[in-house]
Amino acid sequence: MPHVTAGGGVVTTRLHVDWTRCDGHGSCAELLPELLDVDDFGFPVARSRERDPAVPRRHEAAASHAVRTCPLMALRTYDAHP
Amino acid sequence: MTTSLTTTRRLLDPAEARADLTRPALDTLLTEIERSGLTGRGGAGFPTSAKVRAVASGARRPVVVGNGMEGEPLSSKDAVLLAHSPDLVLDGLEVLARAMRARRGVLAVGPEADPAPATAAARARRVEVVQLDGGFVSGQETALVGRLNGRPGLPRDPFTRVSESGVAGRPTLVLNVETLAQVALVARHGADWFRSAGTRDDPGTSLFTISGAVQRPGVVEADRGTRLCDVIAPAWPVRPVAVLVGGYHGAWVPAADLGVGLTRRDLAAYGAAVGAGVLHVLGEGGCPLAFAADVADYLAGESARQCGPCVNGLPHVARNLRRLAAGVRDRSLPAEIARMAQLVTGRGACAHPDGTLRFVGSTLEVFAGHVAAHLEGWCPTSRQAVAS
Repeated sequence: MPHVTAGGGVVTTRLHVDWTRCDGHGSCAELLPELLDVDDFGFPVARSRERDPAVPRRHEAAASHAVRTCPLMALRTYDAHP
Repeated sequence: MTTSLTTTRRLLDPAEARADLTRPALDTLLTEIERSGLTGRGGAGFPTSAKVRAVASGARRPVVVGNGMEGEPLSSKDAVLLAHSPDLVLDGLEVLARAMRARRGVLAVGPEADPAPATAAARARRVEVVQLDGGFVSGQETALVGRLNGRPGLPRDPFTRVSESGVAGRPTLVLNVETLAQVALVARHGADWFRSAGTRDDPGTSLFTISGAVQRPGVVEADRGTRLCDVIAPAWPVRPVAVLVGGYHGAWVPAADLGVGLTRRDLAAYGAAVGAGVLHVLGEGGCPLAFAADVADYLAGESARQCGPCVNGLPHVARNLRRLAAGVRDRSLPAEIARMAQLVTGRGACAHPDGTLRFVGSTLEVFAGHVAAHLEGWCPTSRQAVAS
């Protein structure tokens, strides 16, 4: 999950949900089933139960797609320096 | 309930209010605050020096905000402080604002406090005092910043920190009013003086609001690390069964353990923290589950109604806690409450869902015997059958 950047630093891509925007549309959980489940009310929940779940490299493309697809623009990825 | 029960110590000392304002440079001030070990007195307990440093390192001139919103109904220490020592609060705000070359200094006072003393004290200063209305979550940092930006007082997504972009888009330092008063004292007397009270790991004093099964509810100042039983003693508690530490977002300490010291480390065993210093005594007359169900109902209603997990999850938990309190003999209730608490925790823009579920979790743990009795249709408090 953590990977070395061109500059030599170690970063982890993480997925962040803006809960004030999310309305439980559900497209993110469909596009990222390995990372996200939905709760009783249809809102995404990280399978890892992390606040901002780490995105393994093999799922980064799907994560970007989920970010672009979210109709509420409630999702983003960011690089965290652990 | 705005009585001061304290034998005056530091924060409510009128002599402190009359002292001259010190004007230390930022480096000196930051060093002293860091050495003092001062942590936020508004609830989260974050090291104050780190908060100041995060804002001071910004490129733009910052805004300093004093947070006196005090949305927690069981807390009145900020109102008491603003009534007794408004100058000390404003000194802290002004010392920081000057050292950081702040563009603006604002003191926000909640609906329960009298704004007059602070407004009068602010006349000769470059600090604005505003009184704002608002409920339980109005004191959440991002909600207060939103309000000062002319928007509704709702928490926002914390991805962009207010230390980067807060009031008018400027780096913003939000500190609780008691924290500001403590900063004023540190600036005036230094870190060593501050550390002469409290413990090595948790130095200084704190204000505590004592309520519930007591004959004299009110506010006291005590050293951090003082035993819980000694802090509540001046309020004359009446046969306590447990004390809720940290308010509606807090956790219970049972009567057998009231010798616990009020520090971060000692309270961690109970999932509690000193927080904003709320100490609510549960007496023999009240069923803890009925009390907790009332609190959970109230907190579910105080959701800002923005975040799905909070909007849906808190009423679900409150409903099941109410059924448990009412004597519904469904053995799956505690597990269902725990499952939902685990599902919702960590999934909101502010601390409201996590704090609410911490309180509910502590209730089920500390009063596990009471829960078991209710599931048998019996309430140990009333010593009667609970109707279902």
